[in-house]
Amino acid sequence: MIEFAKLNLVYMIPELFLALSGMILLIAGVMRGNSMTSFLCWGAVFCFAVTASLVLGLVWDPAYAVNGLIVVDGFANFMKLVILLGLSVSIAISVSSLRHDDIARFEYPVLVLFAGLGMMLMVGANDLISLYVGLELQSLSLYVLAAIRSSSIKSAEAGMKYFVLGALSSGMLLFGMSLIYGFAGSTSYPVLAELLRGGDIALGVIFGMVFLLAGLAFKVSAVPFHMWTPDVYEGAPTPVTALFAIVPKVAAIALLMRLLFQVFPNMSADWVQIIWFISLASMAWGAFAGLAQDNIKRLLAYSSIGNLGYALIGLAAASPEGNAAVVIYMVIYMIMTAGTFAIVLCMRRDGVGVEKMTDLAGLSKNSPVLAYALAALMFSMAGIPPMAGFFGKLVIFKAAVASEMYVLATLGILTSVVAAFYYIRIIKLMFFDEPVDGFDRNIAFERRAVIFIVVLFVLGFIIQPDLLFNSAQGAVAALQP
Amino acid sequence: MVEFPLLTLMTAVPLIGAFFILFIRGDEEVVARNAKFAALWVSTFTFGLSLYMLASFNGESADFQFVEKHVWFESLGISYHMGVDGISMFFVLLSTFLTPVCIVASWDAIKKRVKEYMIAFLVLETFMVGTFCALDTVLFYVFFEGVLIPMFLIIGIWGGPRRVYSAFKFFLYTLLGSVLMLVALLTLFVQVGSTDIPTLIQNPVSGLTLQIWLWLAFFASFAVKMPMWPVHTWLPDAHVEAPTAGSVILAGVLLKMGGYGFLRFSLPMFPEASEFLAPMVFWLSIIAIVYTSLVALVQEDMKKLIAYSSVAHMGFVTLGIFTATIQGVEGGIFQMLSHGIISAALFLCVGVVYDRLHTREIARYGGLVKNMPKYATVFMVLMLGSVGLPGTSGFVGEFLSLLGAFQVDKMVAVFATTGVVLGAAYMLILYRRVVFGEQKNKDAAAMDDINFRELFMFVPLVLLVIWMGVQPQIVLDKVSPSVAKLLLHYNTQIEKAEKAKKEGESAEKVMMPQPEPVLEQLEPAGPAPEEEHDDHRDAGDRE
Repeated sequence: MIEFAKLNLVYMIPELFLALSGMILLIAGVMRGNSMTSFLCWGAVFCFAVTASLVLGLVWDPAYAVNGLIVVDGFANFMKLVILLGLSVSIAISVSSLRHDDIARFEYPVLVLFAGLGMMLMVGANDLISLYVGLELQSLSLYVLAAIRSSSIKSAEAGMKYFVLGALSSGMLLFGMSLIYGFAGSTSYPVLAELLRGGDIALGVIFGMVFLLAGLAFKVSAVPFHMWTPDVYEGAPTPVTALFAIVPKVAAIALLMRLLFQVFPNMSADWVQIIWFISLASMAWGAFAGLAQDNIKRLLAYSSIGNLGYALIGLAAASPEGNAAVVIYMVIYMIMTAGTFAIVLCMRRDGVGVEKMTDLAGLSKNSPVLAYALAALMFSMAGIPPMAGFFGKLVIFKAAVASEMYVLATLGILTSVVAAFYYIRIIKLMFFDEPVDGFDRNIAFERRAVIFIVVLFVLGFIIQPDLLFNSAQGAVAALQP
Repeated sequence: MVEFPLLTLMTAVPLIGAFFILFIRGDEEVVARNAKFAALWVSTFTFGLSLYMLASFNGESADFQFVEKHVWFESLGISYHMGVDGISMFFVLLSTFLTPVCIVASWDAIKKRVKEYMIAFLVLETFMVGTFCALDTVLFYVFFEGVLIPMFLIIGIWGGPRRVYSAFKFFLYTLLGSVLMLVALLTLFVQVGSTDIPTLIQNPVSGLTLQIWLWLAFFASFAVKMPMWPVHTWLPDAHVEAPTAGSVILAGVLLKMGGYGFLRFSLPMFPEASEFLAPMVFWLSIIAIVYTSLVALVQEDMKKLIAYSSVAHMGFVTLGIFTATIQGVEGGIFQMLSHGIISAALFLCVGVVYDRLHTREIARYGGLVKNMPKYATVFMVLMLGSVGLPGTSGFVGEFLSLLGAFQVDKMVAVFATTGVVLGAAYMLILYRRVVFGEQKNKDAAAMDDINFRELFMFVPLVLLVIWMGVQPQIVLDKVSPSVAKLLLHYNTQIEKAEKAKKEGESAEKVMMPQPEPVLEQLEPAGPAPEEEHDDHRDAGDRE
């Protein structure tokens, strides 16, 4: 058995640093007020960078901290790095438009930072309790962020909706946990795994697991628990939507993976059915409901639902290969989304953000570079080679086929054709339609840089795919018992 | 074998050219001019490279040549593997040949966004050449599917009034077929453990049921691309709305990817399934030939007529390929090459008059022979090539395909032969209505004859049509070894499967030794042709 009764705070240094710096930023913000916002934003990015380097310095072999509540291993570290990257990018692309969007408040970077802390705890959770604490820290920060534009009814509505439905899902999560604790007798992952190794598993534990999955499906916005996503994406200020789209799902998926493969590996026959269904439902709903959208943020919400469905195929495959595929898919998806939102944030006329899809009409005439960048990203999202998105889908479907899930793979790939319709519709608007008024030309340097790097990644991924593939395979190796 | 990576170079040069064109700056007119010249030089250089490939190609060998193999996805075991054999080499040549022709054809016709247009064509060339050179299924898929991107933009940006509808239809139709192929590719990958095409050919998956499923998935993709009836409906739309050069590439090269796919994947990788499902393909081909020919007869739009004729001609290709006889397969390949040139040139012919009058309606023209004699001559040669007149390349392909069909199923061959007659009917009617007759419209009567640029672009095409018709062996000699190898492999695999099946049966029934049905299977390749020769001549006379 594992040596639990140790604090081992040395493994928690990145988290501790992040918590501490969050408090310092908060104090600085309170003292100096909203004029400090952009400084604090860059401060938060700096803190993320330092945290990332601290994570790199950690052990990559499994080690346990805080009496076994937190695990540090290759998977956790890799996902933490991905999350920190996503958070930094989502702040970087937003800084220049915070003032325009009326959300230049010092709470913004601080909340993002604490959400990041929550996510890091989520991927490192080794106990149902720490899982819940991490998840709630993240969720509460995000609820506030969704409602941060206090002058806007829509933003308030988004925050409220997110909060109420999120609270409901947290309730389901807790209920599931209590069932598992009640029937199995522990909350610790390794102990649970040991207890559930036996042949017959109490019905209560299965119920508990189902509730747990339902609660987490809310967090990753998988159908049928996706209802909040389009409204929150549309209502929240665009910089916040970008954050929502880029990072939290990566953390939630990582959490789900660890839970399923380290606690319930013996119950895979049960949970594979559930994942199978929500995966297919998400792909189908994400594809068909997206067809009717005319708001770009809502469309991207449905796109994210669909993409989550593809990632879940990898989970349903229930194999190391599938896990690696999920990680690869999520990383590629995260990077594509970051680029897409960087461009969506550029959609403003005379300083006011616009978000109708028809506002993109004729973009290729007004700002060709932006149009080509978005076109590359949309083709990538649609999974057309030689863009990066294709390779994400390739590994996912390969994992599904290797696990003999032909039906899921075939239906999934057919929904991708349906979804391709709305991606190429954006391209059609930009390239085939007559131009409307152009967007504002002054695009901040950091946003240009993000767009450039993302497009380079999307187009150049084909040349050196092994880097991501090998690191993802190395990372998920830690999940295997 | 050459030392330097010829195929990679041919694939990369257009892309590099496109990259440089991207950076041409200045005022619009200068940019357009420079982009056109740059694209022309780049594509001509690529064509030169492919001629060098043709010259140094060893025509007696059936192996893959100019092979390059590098690790690509180390973690997945996917490699960057390129190479050509007798089957694929001519398609590469066709692609590199038609691209400069297209650029010349668009010289004056494209007025807006010239730079982007040239980039799109060069990128398209990269993907086309890559598709025919790839010897790894994933690499093949990347190129095969990548074609959609530039083609979608070409139809959508520079197309006619209904371009958006057509572009979407083209994109989604082809994507739908292709993704099914992707699932099949991945299944093969998992089953055989490799994505290397030669390895996959050497180790076909066992089990008829699995083969049939995989075959159908590949078929979904190639049949759409081909296109075969009933999934051909995107083609007339795409052709009508695409700019002239877009139609040329579409008819000239993109349709051939389907036929090439059948030859590279379906036949060698799933021989049992191919044999089992060949009758279905035959009947689909016959429907394609007869039905689309009838549809072509009543068209009022020149481009639509030629588009439907393409579907009919592709019917001969699928018919020939799935006869799995030397004549049939070679006929299919030859028919594809010949159609690639003839239909491309016919679309250019339509483009010539469209540039002048901006309509494709047949009734608006008439009596062009009076004011456009050179045009009428060029059009006539091409029209006769399309009809399949002996002495043109169209004849060889159709004849060999039908020869193959007669060996396998006489009924099928008889029906298919009616297509030859119908083909003559609609093409001759088109020619009569456009070129002969009264000069009904003043503006049509006032059109100038083809200029030097257009002549420059037609002459090589017309010469090729005649040359390939008179001396088909220049192509067939190089194709034959590869086809022979393919069919040897195909028949061996079927024989093996039969034997395995028989052993399975004889294990059940200990008695009853079967008197070798295997040999019967292989027989028809030998003495049959003479008799069929006459049959075809009859059909030919009726023309």
